[in-house]
Order: sequence, then C-alpha cells, then structure tokens
Amino acid sequence: MISTIEKKYFEFEKSSEELECAKKCIQCGTCAGSCPVVDYMDSSPRKMFGLLRGGYVEEAVKSNTPWICASCYLCTVRCPKEIKITDIMYALKRFATREKTVPHGITGSVMAETFANMIKKYGRNAEAEMLTTYFLKTNPFGLMGIAPMGMALFMKGRIVILPHTIKGKNELDAIINKAKEIVAGDLGLGAGSM
Amino acid sequence: MEILYYPGCSEEISASNYDKSARKVCEALAIKVTDVTDWNCCGATNYLSVEEFMGFAVAARNFAIAEKMGFNQMMVVCNGCLTALSKVNQYMEKSSENKNKINEALGAAGLKYEGKIKVRHFIDILANDIGVEKIKQKVIRPLKNLKVAAYSGCQLVRPYCDFDSKEFPTVLDGLLNAAGAEVIDFEGKARCCGGMLMTTKEEVAQKLIKDILEEVTRKGADCIATACPLCQINLEGYQSKINSKYGTNYNMEIVPFTQLLGLALGVGAQELAFNKNLTNTKKVLSGTSG
Repeated sequence: MISTIEKKYFEFEKSSEELECAKKCIQCGTCAGSCPVVDYMDSSPRKMFGLLRGGYVEEAVKSNTPWICASCYLCTVRCPKEIKITDIMYALKRFATREKTVPHGITGSVMAETFANMIKKYGRNAEAEMLTTYFLKTNPFGLMGIAPMGMALFMKGRIVILPHTIKGKNELDAIINKAKEIVAGDLGLGAGSM
Repeated sequence: MEILYYPGCSEEISASNYDKSARKVCEALAIKVTDVTDWNCCGATNYLSVEEFMGFAVAARNFAIAEKMGFNQMMVVCNGCLTALSKVNQYMEKSSENKNKINEALGAAGLKYEGKIKVRHFIDILANDIGVEKIKQKVIRPLKNLKVAAYSGCQLVRPYCDFDSKEFPTVLDGLLNAAGAEVIDFEGKARCCGGMLMTTKEEVAQKLIKDILEEVTRKGADCIATACPLCQINLEGYQSKINSKYGTNYNMEIVPFTQLLGLALGVGAQELAFNKNLTNTKKVLSGTSG
C-alpha cells in the first residue's frame, strides 16, 4: 500500500529534472566519501539515492540528510554521473518543508523561512533581527549562546540594530507577488537550477 | 578600469571590514567602483530551501538594475552571493521558457533582464583583469615573514568556477604571494566552513572549523586569509567555543584577504578597518612594519 507521502513524492519527482536524473546513480559512493558532514547524516547521499530507488521513500524524505548538507558542492563536482546532488538536497528540503516532514530537532527550515521573510520585509537580510527571530522560534536559550559574539560584533560596529529598507521595496513586492502567481501554476518545487 | 560592485548584505553590516578593505584595494589599483543602485539580497542558500523560483526572481532584480546601468559584469566579494547570483544566470540559460518566466516576474516591477551580466568574484578580477604581475609592481610594503593560509572556501570555486580548480584552487595563493607573503601548503583551502550550519547545527560547523584551525596551526600559519564573509565570521567568532569544546588552544588571526592585499599596497591599517576585526592581528600587522 503506497502512503500519501510516497504518492506526493513520486509526483514531485516527476516534476523535477534533477531528481529524475538521480536515477542514474551507480552507487559508487564518491558523494559519501567526499562529504565533509556525512558523519552527522542519517543517510549518506549515496544511501539516499538507494533508498529512493528501492522504494524506501518515507525513510529518505524524513531523514535529516538534506538539512545537514552544508552546500559545499564537493559531491556535485565529483559525481561521475553528473548528478546535481546539492541541488537535489535543496529540492528535498523544499519538499519536506511543504509536506511538513522536517525531522524533529532540525531547525534549518525555520532559518530558511526567517531569512526569506527578512528579504520580503526589507529587501536585504537584517542579520541581528534574523538571528533573534530564529532563536526565539527555535531555542530562546540559544540567544545566550550567541550573545557574547553578538556583543563583540556590536562593540566593533558590525551589528546594525535598525535595518535599512531598500528604496525599491514596492518593486520587490511586485516581483515577489508575480513570482508567487507563476509558481502557483507550476508545482513550484523543481530543482531546475543547474 | 571601472567595475560594478554588488556589496551584499553581510558586507553592509557584519563584514564591513571586508567591504571597506576591498574598496581600498580597488582604489590602490585604480579600479573605479560603482555600486549596484539600491541592490537587494541575493537570496543566499536560504531562499532555495523555501522556494526556488521566487529566490531567482528576487535576485534577478539586481541584474535588471545592472543592465540598466550599462554594465555587462558584476563584482562580488562573497562566495555565497557568487553562487546564488550565478544560479539565476544558469537557470535563465537553460531554456527560453525559464528566461521568460523570470522576465514575467520582473515585468511586474517594470524591469527586464536579458541574461547578459556575468557575476565575478573580486579574486577572479584581480588575478585575470588586473594581473598578478601588475599587483606585484604596486606592492610597496611586502608582507615579509608572514605565513598565510589562503582559504578560498567552497563556493568560490564550486559549483561554477571557470578561473580556478574546483577542488584545489591556487589563484588566491598567487595574489597573496604577489603581496610578498609566504603561502603555506593548505589541504583544507576549499573545504567548507559550515556556513549557516553554525547557527542551525552548531556542532557540525564547529567540527569543520576545528579541522581547518588544526591543519593551519600544525603547519605554522600566522593567519588565515578569507574570501567570504561567512567563512570569516565562522573562523573568527567561534575559536573560544571550539577551544572549550575540544580542549584546544587556537588563537589564529583571521583576516579578509583584502586587508592583507591592502597592507601590501601601502594602505593604512585604520583605513582597512583592522579595528573591526574580532581576532587579534598582531602577526599580520607586525609583518608590515619597517
């Protein structure tokens, strides 16, 4: 019996050229051997592709792997089958965020959304506000952990409390709204960047 | 030479020492810098984790402005901006449908982008447009007896780099050599600093930073020269945390590469915003005295 999440994944896979491309994986393990953060992943990138092809979709999409990926692209430039592994990790992050399958203890999705909201609000990333918002949402005690460095940066004039809003904020709003309309027409999750 | 500069969010705030020193290096090399008017954030890696196309459309506004300003290339000093902005170009080049979609979004703000702006890191421009030989000629205060680890980081060379090796870059080494520094053999030069993981999965990023500090300390480096604001802050801001976690004693001087180049070109430490660095810079600054 195919689960809802599997069904959604297969639809998503069809819409994504990059995920389709992952079917070329020969399980050589170059990605896993190259990955600087593989020790912290539930499954290595190689295993992820094996799981997805073997039908263990739920295990794959609920793993922490995409969220641990540091986005250093070493696997991508080394893959002998030219699979865009890093971009696939981004696609899997978008899928997990949309389907609410982000594993417990993973806050990367909150970070990503908080960051995107800064852009919507100011046009630029207001670093201090972004970090404060992120920690308040995920781990308020974490604020104390970064407080010493925040203070050091503040003393050096490297933190700005009042963010700057770009002049073309209306332009940016119009672009974002239009882009939203355009993606509503697509599935909007495709990994088509490379 | 005139260059269009996309500063990026970090350079405006937490990496203002990188931004200031980059501008000073340009001045010393007679490069006229014009900022992209009213630029917005490139979207970084975060927008891609939420909604890819919207991230591209937001970033494309900068290109539309750049084209309007009459330029065909855009300089960045942040590895993250380099990758995020280049991704938009890759996406547009892939099909005319993609190009039309971006322009449909931009059109809502009365903008358009032909796809003709090449994004280039400052290191690329220095090495390939100015040239190592010319920089060498302009060095008036060589960084004598300074052992530097040239840390390119990951996204300077991956995935798109067309001016250096994607795994073992040497262009930054060449620039620092031209400045008179001794560049150490550094295996981790294109490894990742952990980027945003320092916030979302601290122990992972700490391990990556620890590995880098371990190698350059063992090899006797006096400092690490960075090429990206995220590498800079991850390396300079977390050494004491790493020391208490791993029982180590790292005290490495971390500087944007532009501060080193600036010193060699005769710019003063104050003008290069050394007062804003988090780590001490004793060895870096003593290398230039006399």
